[in-house]
Amino acid sequence: MLELRSLDAGYGSFQALFGINLEVRAGEAVGVIGPNGAGKTTLMRVISGLIRPTEGSITMEGRDVVATPAHRIVDLGIAHVPENRRLFPRLTVDDNLKMGAYMPGARAKYAERLEFVFDLFPRMKERRSQMAGTMSGGEQQMCAIGRALMSDPKLLLLDEPSAGLAPVVVQQVFELVKRIRSGGLTVLIVEQNVQQVLKVVDRAYLLEAGTIRASGTSEEMMKTDTIKQAYLGV
Amino acid sequence: MQAFLDTFDIYLLEAVVNGILLGGVLALLALGLNLIFGVIDVTWICYAELVMIGMYGMYYMVQVFGLPYWVAAPIAILLVAALGAALHYIVIAPLLTAPPINQLLATGGVLFILQSFATVAFGIDFRNLGIRLPVLAIGDMHFSYSRLLAFVAALLGMLAIYFFMKRTFTGTAIRAVAQDRQIMSLMGVDTKRIYLITSALGGALAGLAACLLVLQYDVHPFVGLSFGPITFLICVLGGLGNFVGGFIAAFVFAQIISLGGLYSDLEWGYVLAFAFFIVMMFIRPAGLLARRS
Repeated sequence: MLELRSLDAGYGSFQALFGINLEVRAGEAVGVIGPNGAGKTTLMRVISGLIRPTEGSITMEGRDVVATPAHRIVDLGIAHVPENRRLFPRLTVDDNLKMGAYMPGARAKYAERLEFVFDLFPRMKERRSQMAGTMSGGEQQMCAIGRALMSDPKLLLLDEPSAGLAPVVVQQVFELVKRIRSGGLTVLIVEQNVQQVLKVVDRAYLLEAGTIRASGTSEEMMKTDTIKQAYLGV
Repeated sequence: MQAFLDTFDIYLLEAVVNGILLGGVLALLALGLNLIFGVIDVTWICYAELVMIGMYGMYYMVQVFGLPYWVAAPIAILLVAALGAALHYIVIAPLLTAPPINQLLATGGVLFILQSFATVAFGIDFRNLGIRLPVLAIGDMHFSYSRLLAFVAALLGMLAIYFFMKRTFTGTAIRAVAQDRQIMSLMGVDTKRIYLITSALGGALAGLAACLLVLQYDVHPFVGLSFGPITFLICVLGGLGNFVGGFIAAFVFAQIISLGGLYSDLEWGYVLAFAFFIVMMFIRPAGLLARRS
């Protein structure tokens, strides 16, 4: 479904990603793990068009993502839940969800998508007229995921969904990822919480200093010595 | 009614009502400027000059080409909306990432260009529509229909903007851009297009103000100076970019001008308003409704 070939990207003269090759197949959940500053967020941003690669290619179902204007990438079926959620704090939950359905294709299905999101997050229906910035971290994460789901995507990009949340809420977020997956959605998830993320994904890539150091199924990754020592603490 | 009026100082009451009527138009001007500042983060120093061009548009359509007022008004609104969009496209868009001072200087330059253009193209004569609306007399109080019309139309214009911003996808996107412009592309929003629409809306509000003000004031190339500065003070007092703050501040200023004019000359009303502004800047430097961050 999504394919990255020898991708370089960075900010100005600073290069953050070096020759990334990565693939996500339809129906899969794939994790990208690695330390702070490894380039995980950059990887997500380059897929959704927030920054543009300097070299290499990205294709989504055979279509060239790099040649697509940033605001049309949602139309290819890619929805990005950015780092720190980035809700519109002084818009209501309803308005935040509305923004997720901005594209003409999504607007036509607006009522149907809204029902889907409210089914998934009944809490959001209770809070629909509340300002998004006044909700708890966990609720904001639900709202951010809901907003991304409003566009009826094929591929969901999740950037550190557990960051800054209480341990109990982190559990809920990963449960949620499982539920979203079971609906048939393809997921690419970036996480520092390696132990948790390896439980919900099929495969994972280890990203360190802008390059992919290892990849494999979750079981293989859990058995890899470097990952055990550096990330799982066993 | 008469008994009620007798118990009040009718001149005071008349001044208060006139202040409210003036506040409506000032609030309309402030909304246009706030919209541009809040969403695009740019100050159109030349905002009142767009109004001036709109007033000339009305003058030429009504007086020279003989169009009825009701036909000319929508054309003038569209004309100034197009001018607003053009201003964004030609002047602002290339400077979006420039330091704010450069943006200020550029729109300040447009102010002088528009004033000079008007001087050369239209001359410095004072012109008016030649329409005299009747005066409404309630007891001994007198209110001109042109002011009443301006107040009602300004409120309707602001109401239209309110519903557009609340109900439509585009309006919601305009409010969202003001809060986080970087991630708009993730929503599928083309920020450039939103900026252009917002500029056209800001222009349309200036156009509506022009249609209303041209009924009360003569138009000349420097007429923008009569309400440009006060519009800026209102926006700053209300908190730049804060729509509700601007609305309240417009009525506060209008009341000061109107009551100041009652107890002394109209000019003193303006002096009082500006003095009040300076004092308020010491008390609430970020505006009446400043957000605490």
